[in-house]
Amino acid sequence: MTNEALKIKLPELIPSVVFEEGGEWITAFVDASAWKTIAQQLRSNEDFQFDYLFCVTCVDWKTHLTMVYHLTSTIYRHSLVIKAKLDRNNPEIETVSDIWRTAEFHEREAYDLFGVKFLHHPDLRRLLLTDDFDGYPLRKDFEDPINMIKL
Amino acid sequence: MYRETQIIKHAQKASSNGGNLEEAGDLVINVGPQHPSTHGVLHLVITLHGETIKNVEPHLGYIHRSIEKMCESLSYRQFIYVTSRMDYLSSHINNHGCAMCVEKGLQVEIPPRAKVIRVLMDELTRLASHQLWWGAMAMDVGALTPFFHAFREREMINDIMEETCGARLTMNYMVPGGVMYDIHPNFQKRVKEFIEEFKKKIDEYDELVTGNIIFQNRMKGVGYLTKEDAISYGCTGPTARGSGVSCDIRKLYPYEVYDQVQFNEIIETDGDCFARYLVRMQEMRQSLSMVEQLIDNIPEGDFQAKTKAVLKLPKGEFYSKIETARGEFGVYIVSEGGTTPYRIKFRSPGFSNLSALNHMAKGYKIGDLVAIMGTLDLVIPDIDR
Repeated sequence: MTNEALKIKLPELIPSVVFEEGGEWITAFVDASAWKTIAQQLRSNEDFQFDYLFCVTCVDWKTHLTMVYHLTSTIYRHSLVIKAKLDRNNPEIETVSDIWRTAEFHEREAYDLFGVKFLHHPDLRRLLLTDDFDGYPLRKDFEDPINMIKL
Repeated sequence: MYRETQIIKHAQKASSNGGNLEEAGDLVINVGPQHPSTHGVLHLVITLHGETIKNVEPHLGYIHRSIEKMCESLSYRQFIYVTSRMDYLSSHINNHGCAMCVEKGLQVEIPPRAKVIRVLMDELTRLASHQLWWGAMAMDVGALTPFFHAFREREMINDIMEETCGARLTMNYMVPGGVMYDIHPNFQKRVKEFIEEFKKKIDEYDELVTGNIIFQNRMKGVGYLTKEDAISYGCTGPTARGSGVSCDIRKLYPYEVYDQVQFNEIIETDGDCFARYLVRMQEMRQSLSMVEQLIDNIPEGDFQAKTKAVLKLPKGEFYSKIETARGEFGVYIVSEGGTTPYRIKFRSPGFSNLSALNHMAKGYKIGDLVAIMGTLDLVIPDIDR
């Protein structure tokens, strides 16, 4: 499907979708609480079939966090970017690791570095940092006077 | 890093998810972080029943440097140099991916000469990386000689790189707008010498290892990964192509001059270790043919487009992907319009490939784990970042 066709088709699936302009691919903001059902539909719907989640990341906007999911269909070769706004003090979103299994590691990384809690994740522990590490280093307000060198 | 009690606790917790693993005779062992077959500081906690693997749990982060955070305080020219330290076996291609992402933001068209030089360097890097993998792979399963053969030819590429880029591993040759310097006057001559030499040697590689019955017994029917699982785990590169997934970025989303050179995307459908091995062996021949096609056709002209001294990306998001020796390497830059990236994310191929390891190794013998890890071609700094 082309980007234009995706833009027409998506609101049928997700009525509350808000598009963001610019960028190479269609970027859609979804409600964090509805993400799980949307993800299931995006994966299984005949017209979309987004079976390949190639990048999961989080961005700290100081007022809120944004989860960013990059999806591609290996059948139709169309791509989509899904974003979900999260509360910075209590970031919570449903896991999609049962839909795309690559998400298991990527979500653990986002939990490790941003503190996003993925509900119903099978094994939510720190991945890269030690278990007793304090704080979430990729947040903008993270301070470490010993190890961090500011340029 | 992890106290022993914690390791056992974690392993038990993880293994309890996979079914009834509490039965007598289960053994939890650690492979790594210092172990010859992990090729770096990777720590695996393995639950065994007899010799059969029940669960493999990777513990990462022994070489985590938080490169993503570091990049947030580096300018768009500087951050590319840090990426050489991620996948140190294909640092050219990492640099290339980052340079492409910055160029996408700046909307700079790079000169044709730079494009061809970039592709040549990428393919030479891929050859060097696959050569090292081949030697290490054979060494992992017990054959030491191939390692020396592979390093002998790899040395020729390293010498070529050293002459033009001034470095053997961390090249830092790609810059936004093109390449840093023009190629060395000897470059074409030496690459041609290498092509002649390696054409003979790659047949020798096949004679030495590929047809060896002991080697085939170790590789065939081990570490199966189906096509659906490969996609679901986000595997890319030769790992996924060995399972029949068409995922070569050079073919699907051609960049630079990949749409003008003749090459085949190598796909094997068996999905076992031997299929992944064959993909990489044939990819070496494809890379060699690409280098051969381009080496006499480097266009004259500038090697770098004119760019400002201080780069500023417009507000927005940029994503570029590139095929490294291990798979799809993605760079995601969020820009606020300043001279440094607001947020940068590197989607490294090894990270996703490693996540499939537990699925692939379950049910096989512990000796097979080494073969499975070998065909994943893991580079640990690329996974930990």
